[in-house]
Amino acid sequence: MTDIISTPRAAPYQSDDFAARLRKRYAAERRFKMYGIAAIAIALGMLAVLLASIVSQGYTAFAQHDLSLEIYFDPAEIDPQGTRDEATLSGANYAALARQSLQAAFPEVESRTERRRLNAIVSNGAGFELRQMVMDNPDLIGTRQTVRLALASDYDQLLKGNIDRDVPEANRKVSDQQIQWIDKLVSNGNIVNGWNWRLFMNGDSRDPELAGLKAGIVGSLLTLAVTLGLAIPIGISAAVYLEEFAPKNKLTDLIEVNINNLAAVPSIVFGLLGLAVFLNAFNMPRSAPVVGGIVLALMTLPTIIIASRAALKAVPPSIREAALGVGASPLQVVTHHVLPLAMPGIMTGIIIGMAHALGETAPLLMIGMIAFIVDTPGGFGDAATVLPVQIFMWADSPERGFVERTSAAIMVLLAFLIAMNAIAVVLRKRFERRW
Amino acid sequence: MVRRKPAGQLQGRGKFRLLARILANSSEDYIVINKKLAVAALAAFASTAALMGGAQAQGRDQIRIVGSSTVFPFTSAVAETFGRGGKFKTPVVESTGTGGGIKQFCAGVGVGHPDLTNASRRIKKSELEGCAANGVTAVSELEVGFDGIVFASSKGATHTDYTIKQIWQALAKQVVVNGQVVANPYKKWSDIDPALPNKEIEVLGPPPTSGTRDAFVELVMDVGCTQFPEVKALPADQAKAVCSQIREDGGYVEAGENDNLIVQKLVANKDAYGVFGYSFLEQNLDKLQGAKINGVAPDLDTIASAKYPVARSMFVYVKSQHVDVIPGIKEFLAEYTSERAFGEEGYLEAKGLIPLPKAKREKVRTDILNLTPVTM
Repeated sequence: MTDIISTPRAAPYQSDDFAARLRKRYAAERRFKMYGIAAIAIALGMLAVLLASIVSQGYTAFAQHDLSLEIYFDPAEIDPQGTRDEATLSGANYAALARQSLQAAFPEVESRTERRRLNAIVSNGAGFELRQMVMDNPDLIGTRQTVRLALASDYDQLLKGNIDRDVPEANRKVSDQQIQWIDKLVSNGNIVNGWNWRLFMNGDSRDPELAGLKAGIVGSLLTLAVTLGLAIPIGISAAVYLEEFAPKNKLTDLIEVNINNLAAVPSIVFGLLGLAVFLNAFNMPRSAPVVGGIVLALMTLPTIIIASRAALKAVPPSIREAALGVGASPLQVVTHHVLPLAMPGIMTGIIIGMAHALGETAPLLMIGMIAFIVDTPGGFGDAATVLPVQIFMWADSPERGFVERTSAAIMVLLAFLIAMNAIAVVLRKRFERRW
Repeated sequence: MVRRKPAGQLQGRGKFRLLARILANSSEDYIVINKKLAVAALAAFASTAALMGGAQAQGRDQIRIVGSSTVFPFTSAVAETFGRGGKFKTPVVESTGTGGGIKQFCAGVGVGHPDLTNASRRIKKSELEGCAANGVTAVSELEVGFDGIVFASSKGATHTDYTIKQIWQALAKQVVVNGQVVANPYKKWSDIDPALPNKEIEVLGPPPTSGTRDAFVELVMDVGCTQFPEVKALPADQAKAVCSQIREDGGYVEAGENDNLIVQKLVANKDAYGVFGYSFLEQNLDKLQGAKINGVAPDLDTIASAKYPVARSMFVYVKSQHVDVIPGIKEFLAEYTSERAFGEEGYLEAKGLIPLPKAKREKVRTDILNLTPVTM
């Protein structure tokens, strides 16, 4: 530095050395920017690959081919005595009605084995769908109605192009003859493609064409309600006490360290805890949303406490001092001033914690929520499953139709997660204050 | 600098109304609301507790089933059809693995314990004794049908004929070379037999927790090693270890319990083989082919007639003490053993089950409906 000052050069800072150093510095800066952009590009690329693979596999599941058949609700088959008795109506052989209608469309099919193959086109669930219609409206008996019934999954997959028509017949789930029948049904307008309401209105099923997410979605909502009900009061109270009232000593330090550690504990550990404490010691029911909710609340509590403490810490001390200065009690300072101001941050923490809980399966494994459950749960003590478990179970099923349904279920779960995160962002933007 | 707004202004903005009322109103209001909230919360908690306590005390009206993931697709299909009948709730079926299922099943009698368990092998004598020690003294057995384990590859693979001996040599941790038991030196199939392809040995299969793995070890590995007199000559416990240990140097890849994943990996890699249940092969015959084992290709007939050597029976065990306590168990068993379910061309066959012969089915049906206790 000294010789720059001492040498009488016209523009000493523009020496060649200096220019070279400057270029180097600029280059380093450009490189640094490039690394940053590359990092973001890689992250976005991965996300794009993930989303593209899920969406490209799953979007077809939101539409489904149905059989549109004219069904004669034959009184002789459904209710021969004409009593309209509920037990009689529910016990009738509705699958036979669908089969009769299908066979009427193919009078040339006569042999028993061929008829069997023809009947395979109608889903196992068609009979139950017809029964539901009659139970809802017994006046249908004796009339002819054109109704939409589930098409067996293999044929739906065939029409969607997921089963290749060009491979040899022996290697296909669908025979050449069945393809001919399907093509004839299509050309006669007996097959309609439409919104797949079964995906949202049905519970789980072993038949892909009938399997739906309703039980999973309701189970997730019940579980999250318990989690929310426990985690919010406990989490906020713990954070407020630790941040505003607790003395600073060895004990509170220890508690703080342990809360931070708990946030990093693998979630399966909470499942084991749930099994040992709630199921074995307290005899709570297996597979119940109430137990799942408690376990997930334990899992999300550390996250909520840490986020809430950070939000409370961000409220400037001047607010507390001013409130105390005009005579507020410490409780009033917290409830009237600090907590409302910290609320956006706390809410963000809670929603992120809830989103985490929504996507979790591992802790539920131990308490029996990973199970085949068809009935939609009606309360906190009923057997239930949750959305991510539904995805896990479908991914494990051999039937081809579950491949697209798995991806569709992932898309539904992602939609829930994005919605929850969007709420977190909106809350933060709306109520955040900067000092 | 942003102007600070007092907390009360949140209310003025019309957002967060409840929150603002609770948190920012005058202290009396706050306390009143707080009391109400506390009462409401207590009431909610008490009612939940009462509800659950009641549910536990009154017993269950829903059958609970645990056990093997291999039998799970069949039992859950029966459960679904049973529930659709409308008279009973759909049973809850959990997939816990055979061993884990039997453990839970045998833990005791009462509404807190499962009623049925799926098993991809027969229950062991020691497990039955454990059951009896916990008060589970009446256990009945329902043989569901057969399942084959296939050694499959993608359609592009050229060689699809292996013997059990060759598979053991390819997958065992220790093999016999020139009369000596040594660590497995084979890297390529052609190292075992020049007639086999000149390709790296790469087999994807289930992890040790799986019932499929147990059955594969029992039916392939433990059989393959007996072809070598050198192994037979070893002391019994050493021989067992040599027979059943699977190599850990990369030739055998544990691909997790998800068989769909193995299917995808096989399609991507033409030289790899996979070990999984026959039902997955049946669903993917357009992409995969099952190798012949000892000259027999896996299909419905060869597995049912036991010509295909890697086939096993699947079972459901019933806690007979629960039968008249939990509603619907008898009806569920009747549904399971009906011809339209586990019979030929029944709906379980469509799911990949290989039905028992007709005479056997009838015996199984009468035995289970009379709750004949299992004998070892």
